[in-house]
Amino acid sequence: MSLLANATSITRYRVLEELDAPITENVYDGLQQDRIPDIDDVDTALSSGWTSFQDPYTPNFEGASFVYGSYFLFSLRIDKKTIPSKLIQKYMAIEIAKKLEASGRDFLSKNEKQMIKEHVFNLLNLRIPATPHIYNVLWNYESSLVWFFTHLKSPNEIVETLFKTSFGLTLKRIFPFSFTELNPKISAFDRDQLLSLSPTNFQR
Amino acid sequence: MLDTATAYNRFKFIGHEFLTWLWYLIETDNAVLHHSELPTMTLALGKRMVLENPRENHAETITIKGDYSNFETGFLPLKQGALVTEISLEAKSKETTWEFNLKGESLAVTNMRISNLGPIENNEEIEGAVLEKIYLLEQIHTYVDSLFEKFLLLRVSDQWPHELVPQMQKWLRNN
Repeated sequence: MSLLANATSITRYRVLEELDAPITENVYDGLQQDRIPDIDDVDTALSSGWTSFQDPYTPNFEGASFVYGSYFLFSLRIDKKTIPSKLIQKYMAIEIAKKLEASGRDFLSKNEKQMIKEHVFNLLNLRIPATPHIYNVLWNYESSLVWFFTHLKSPNEIVETLFKTSFGLTLKRIFPFSFTELNPKISAFDRDQLLSLSPTNFQR
Repeated sequence: MLDTATAYNRFKFIGHEFLTWLWYLIETDNAVLHHSELPTMTLALGKRMVLENPRENHAETITIKGDYSNFETGFLPLKQGALVTEISLEAKSKETTWEFNLKGESLAVTNMRISNLGPIENNEEIEGAVLEKIYLLEQIHTYVDSLFEKFLLLRVSDQWPHELVPQMQKWLRNN
């Protein structure tokens, strides 16, 4: 879901560490290092990496194109090849028939069928283009905040891992408890009080 | 030090109590929502609310959709021990309206719609549109965070068990 879409959903993170200077150059290096690899002509089924906000299909971070005012804005792209099960069935049947004819036998072992299945998967993965899924990442460096524009579990897990790999920084998700841990307006005393709380009973 | 998953699950009731308190404030004590420490906005219920009763063996979830008046049906599960787990809200400032869903356990804002955002005619306008959208999103998050801070400070104070809880119980009895 995009920042500029009519309806947006945001998962908020606090960045626990800071980047070494020069900041913008180091962000650029991290984005370049883990730029989304193209998997259309290889037999890989899934890939993920960074891409540009404005042109997500041709990742390019040159000229500080990921800098918007005092924010860094880019996207996580996850490319996934989805092979319909009917297509796998069809090619399995074709390959099994070929193998039976070539060997002169009337059955194949479990291992042989497994090998054919892997071969069919690789073959189809080469032919089928990947479907891209794009999720915007907004990084307010000054406030140590990252907004990730989706709530889906898998993209959130990927962005947390990739952020660490690319920038060496830990993302801590903001939810009620972490909000108190990360908020300077909540004192250590109040945090301790919070730890001892139990749910309120409104029924009486 | 609690690990993330434990802290998330152990304290998600705080988020649910926060949303229940928000409903109570919207219905009874809107003045708190206009406190000088908070950004100037008015807050109203939207068109959806989800309640969950955590005290049952199998958590019971009730979803209420539709007009504001329908939320009265939420009082019964509330009286039976349920709390609000998700609520749709409408916040208004002088120039802008934000419609969004707020989830208690994660404080996640979903399906955020903002009024008065003009269309983007060409590529030169993208950066301006991005910065305007960020500004408006920051405004509403600042507001929600301020409300949650206010709730937390109240929740850990003596005022919660001695004043707020009896007042909320009275509100429930009267509905």
